[in-house]
Amino acid sequence: MPGKLKVKIVAGRHLPVMDRASDLTDAFVEVKFGNTTFKTDVYHKSLNPQWNSEWFKFEVDDEDLQDEPLQITVLDHDTYSANDAIGKVYIDIDPLLYSEAATVISGWFPIYDTIHGIRGEINVVVKVDLFNDLNRFRQSSCGVKFFCTTSIPKCYRAVIIHGFVEELVVNEDPEYQWIDRIRTPRASNEARQRLISLMSGELQRKIGLKVLEMRGNAVVGYLQCFDLEGESGLVVRAIGTACTLDKLSSTAAFLPACNSPSKEMKEIPFNEDPNPNTHSSGPSTPLKNQTYSFSPSKSYSRQSSSSDTDLSLTPKTGMGSGSAGKEGGPFKALLRQQTQSALEQREFPFFTLTAFPPGFLVHVGGVVSARSVKLLDRIHNPDEPETRDAWWAEIRQEIKSHAKALGCHAVVGYSESTSICEEVCILSASGTAAVLNPRFLQDGTVEGCLEQRLEENLPAGCGFCHIPYDELNMPFPAHLTYCYSCRKQKVPDVLFTTIDLPADATVIGKGCLIQARLCRLKKKAQAEANATAISNLLPFMEYEVHTQLMNKLKLKGMNALFGLRIQITVGENMLMGLASATGVYLTALPTPGGIQIAGKTPNDGSYEQHISHMQKKINDTIAKNKELYEINPPEIPEEIIGSPIPEPRQRSRLLRSQSESSDEVIELDLSHGKKDAFVLEIDDTDAMEDVHSLLTDVPPPSGFYSCNTEIMPGINNWTSEIQMFTSVRVSRLSNINLTNQTLNKNFNDLCENLLKSLYFKLRSMIPCCLCHVNFTVSLPEDELIQVTVTAVAITFDKHQAVQTTKTQVEKSSQRASIDNEELLQFPLELCTDTLASHPFSSAKEHLESTSSNSGIPAAQRAMPVEKASPLTEGHFRQRSAPACANSTVGVVKMTPLSFIPGAKITKYLGIINMFFIRETTSLREEGGVSGFLHAFIAEVFAMVRAHVAALGGNAVVSYIMKQCVFMENPNKNQAQCLINVSGDAVIFVRESELEIISTQQPIASCQPACSGGEIAT
Amino acid sequence: MTNELDIFVGNTTLIDEDVYRLWLDGYSVSDAVGLRVRSGILEQTGATAGVLQSDTMDHYRTFHMLERLLHTPPKLLHQLVFQIPPSRQALLIERYYAFDEAFVREVLGKKLSKGTKKDLDNISAKTGVTLKSCRRQFDNFKRVFKVVEEMRGSLAGNIQQHFLLSDRLARDYAAVVFFANNRFETGKKKLQYLTFGDLAFCAELMIQNWTPGAVADSQLDDMDVDLDKEFLQDLKELKVLVADKDLLDLHKSLVCTALRGKLSVFAEMEANFKNLSRGLVNIASKLTHTKDVRDLFVDLVEKFIEPCRSDRWPLNDVRLFLNQYSASVHSLDGFRHQTLWDRYMVTLRSCLLRMYHD
Repeated sequence: MPGKLKVKIVAGRHLPVMDRASDLTDAFVEVKFGNTTFKTDVYHKSLNPQWNSEWFKFEVDDEDLQDEPLQITVLDHDTYSANDAIGKVYIDIDPLLYSEAATVISGWFPIYDTIHGIRGEINVVVKVDLFNDLNRFRQSSCGVKFFCTTSIPKCYRAVIIHGFVEELVVNEDPEYQWIDRIRTPRASNEARQRLISLMSGELQRKIGLKVLEMRGNAVVGYLQCFDLEGESGLVVRAIGTACTLDKLSSTAAFLPACNSPSKEMKEIPFNEDPNPNTHSSGPSTPLKNQTYSFSPSKSYSRQSSSSDTDLSLTPKTGMGSGSAGKEGGPFKALLRQQTQSALEQREFPFFTLTAFPPGFLVHVGGVVSARSVKLLDRIHNPDEPETRDAWWAEIRQEIKSHAKALGCHAVVGYSESTSICEEVCILSASGTAAVLNPRFLQDGTVEGCLEQRLEENLPAGCGFCHIPYDELNMPFPAHLTYCYSCRKQKVPDVLFTTIDLPADATVIGKGCLIQARLCRLKKKAQAEANATAISNLLPFMEYEVHTQLMNKLKLKGMNALFGLRIQITVGENMLMGLASATGVYLTALPTPGGIQIAGKTPNDGSYEQHISHMQKKINDTIAKNKELYEINPPEIPEEIIGSPIPEPRQRSRLLRSQSESSDEVIELDLSHGKKDAFVLEIDDTDAMEDVHSLLTDVPPPSGFYSCNTEIMPGINNWTSEIQMFTSVRVSRLSNINLTNQTLNKNFNDLCENLLKSLYFKLRSMIPCCLCHVNFTVSLPEDELIQVTVTAVAITFDKHQAVQTTKTQVEKSSQRASIDNEELLQFPLELCTDTLASHPFSSAKEHLESTSSNSGIPAAQRAMPVEKASPLTEGHFRQRSAPACANSTVGVVKMTPLSFIPGAKITKYLGIINMFFIRETTSLREEGGVSGFLHAFIAEVFAMVRAHVAALGGNAVVSYIMKQCVFMENPNKNQAQCLINVSGDAVIFVRESELEIISTQQPIASCQPACSGGEIAT
Repeated sequence: MTNELDIFVGNTTLIDEDVYRLWLDGYSVSDAVGLRVRSGILEQTGATAGVLQSDTMDHYRTFHMLERLLHTPPKLLHQLVFQIPPSRQALLIERYYAFDEAFVREVLGKKLSKGTKKDLDNISAKTGVTLKSCRRQFDNFKRVFKVVEEMRGSLAGNIQQHFLLSDRLARDYAAVVFFANNRFETGKKKLQYLTFGDLAFCAELMIQNWTPGAVADSQLDDMDVDLDKEFLQDLKELKVLVADKDLLDLHKSLVCTALRGKLSVFAEMEANFKNLSRGLVNIASKLTHTKDVRDLFVDLVEKFIEPCRSDRWPLNDVRLFLNQYSASVHSLDGFRHQTLWDRYMVTLRSCLLRMYHD
């Protein structure tokens, strides 16, 4: 009996009228935890009852404390008939179970009913007394902290990053236990809500146990999803990264290194070509029998001709480093060996983090992904998790071997997802293959790692771009050059990753959101035939998605993608692919070539003319984009770049192999024998369409930027105004003559129009940036496409934005702000930055940079620091001035980012993970589908805010709407929607308010100086 | 391809003031889109008509959801569903309760009943205010009326407290409620020249001086909505001023002596004195009848304002006359109801002066 849960029901307000005769309500409350229920007295005839109950005490195991939600039901007493339920509140008491989070939950909660929505509010106080648990066989994992944030949370320091944790639980879906006629919507909805709440608790507890086994104390980047499999059950699964975190004392909190995970990785992942290879997700081939076996080795393309997925990595690496690196080589090899040993014992060396502590990330190998098609009705034992576990294990194995093929021993920015349509399920996983610094992964001190970094003397801001794989034995054809920053190591010409832009990466100009959108029609089919059809389509889709991304990236004049997320959605009669990423121009990578169009029928004069016309348009667009995104890399004389690398130039060779059944290997050589240009062949209408769609993407209106990463590259002077929003659109396709082209166009228009609407709606915030733009596509019915977008608009200071040429200052300020730190405390990073960024600062610096590319002695480097810091401070003051303006009491901010601009997060109160169902049988009366969903989403926001406020918080960071499943039946005037959201409840303090408290800087009083102000990680 | 569902939900509820105005003015979505297009917003922002349509729909839906809360503004402040900064909340409420001058003049003094509501389409046609907007304004009047009708304490104060309106708007509503409750006739043709401002001014004075709340010791029955019955009853006593011939002559000579040489219309005044005085005193003495209360403004215009106006009295002369007219009564030895007279005349004088214009 290791815990006592105490609940007090204080009062209610704004209750609905339950008695028509008196226009009043006789309300009472049932408080239920586990199997114990307490009731308050009936408070007669009031819409604002004051129960002021005693403390209801539940004596429970901590296992139950973790699994069970506290369930509060408000009812209307009725003497003659059954009491009517007004609504419920579920409270997750998990935040009370670890000492550093909240100590009490107290506040007004919306009373929610799945049929009527919010019906008034109830004031509740909840406390937990935990006793020390001496039981050796304990099943609970109280005390393990959970964070949705995919970086080390701000007020913590990562001592060790242990690695991947995952768990999956299965249950029957109550929705399917009822026979349609008997089921009352409310009963079934509530059963589902409660079940998912229970399963989430259980899942979290089990993951917590795994973390404890690994000797960790926290899970970072915790991502929980549920799969509505229908008749085969309801799956709740979660992945995360186990860590040992140290709470920073208040003074320590100001130390740079620790609290800003996202801030700086010294060597960043390196990415590569959009090589489909890496993405060679192998759609599995359906076998004759029930389950599909997935064969990673086959689906991989050519380099892994051996079916041995455990390719031995070390020898290859040795070779690679030998040829590629001068100084870097030996170190690389050593590092790799170390890391490898550190990672070897791990089944899956995966990390759900997208931003890392300094020094963690050494190289990036590129995006790895895997997909697999499964049939849900073939699960032998649907109530047990084994089958699903095995499915995911296969996929992860595949990812792991892909990473190995890229010379990487780890995968970062890892995520998993599913798409289900009837009995077909596509499982997807993706991440970024990377080489990590081993010191974080084992018991050792982080300080050591910091030291080491200094010694390494690696070129700043470009290390992550350097290829981790062996140049002579490349896993795929790539075009390598010497790094444009350090000139010592090889880099690919294009880099794709799923992580955030490392803070020390040097970029030119601004970034932008790049999306690839694609539809493919598919015949309606059953079971295996259907699965086969899907499996066959998948590789083509991925290939096209990559081609589109590549084309659009080139069209923008950029050379790297961050935060890449490819979603493939399956419907009855089509597949949809949507890839989003943030394009940037990395200084370390070569300038991208243009796009060349080639026709296949050269003898036709008008055709030629048409081609040249298109070519001109494309060239114009590239030039315009370069101007728009301020991409003006310095011209670097050829000789500095060094001798050309002797290697075949067919860098954009895309290849992909299919399912094992097909022997053919599709090889597309798009390089067209030219060095710099990316060639598009217009040989049919399809390609024509592609070119057109390339050109129809309209850039955001002036004053607007957008990205899907945490921070917009090239903007760092954020002001404090933020607006998080969710926008949903459902479009009906006209049934006639659906072709892939019309479908593509429709889908493209849908997304483009949605973006345009967002820009229009948020125009009052200009200049502003849409950050963390997260698109989700689903196909709820035959002709319906649903697109859901969640993002946050953040305003920034225009004046600063103009001075983008001062990259140096920006860089350092950005860094600083990310750190929440005083600048001067990490001069080294500053100077490296300075170094790396000078090509585009002043001419003098430019000179310096080019000459110094072989590595400047530390002393010399230190110089720019002094220059940079005062400037930066100045900037901070300027821009933080507006930050203090608006801080209203009672407001709860929500943001998908891990930070609040202009503010410092002082405490994490616990994870928010909520699941709601809303149903209506009077759709028209509630304003149709739009009215229904609009109200529901507003209510979900309200409930999230209320829970955060009750925990004592004033913001939710890393907020995500993981699911928004909408179903309608207009004929019956019905609709239903399920929403799952999560995030981290936090307390933040405005920089300006901090100022007042700490009078460290006298000048600050007049001009609030907030270092972390704008970005505040 | 058509959008079946199209929504945007912000953590902070987005309010577009221009669209809010269009919504309040009762325009349909398509009319509102048309008006926005004409405002040149497409050129300014580079948006398309589709975007505008979607945006307008979205705002309309939001306003529609907010409307329920706007009916009881304190709820808007305490609700949790829409996160709206306080300044925006105030704006939403203030604009929602604002009303059109043209509309209020049509409804002022009418019973806020179903019958009047049915008549709104005529009012709409006459005033050019959309029917939807008329309904909102009418319902606002009625809602405020119902809430404060039975309440004690200051009428404007109650309105402000329960509807969170600005001071100015709360006082206007007090006038509307006061007029509706006493059913003062304001619609006659000869009253058309009076603005809502004139009438609200009069209402405020009457609330201050002629209701039970105006008397300090009547705290127990501090009602601002009804006229003080006792006072109206007492007003009959004033009749002596015109019924007693000597008193009337004395009054006249006092006024004439005082004003001789000071009025440009002295002769007209002298000739008309008895008529005017009879008019004003008879109005007072008849106020015990509900019917005559309703006709108060008609009577004031007919019995005083029109005669003066036809003789082209300048406003200043009217002021001098009324001042002297009420002051001279204090010199009438045989008249005992000085306090009563002042309570009546101070208010009436101000009202008349305000109403004396073209």
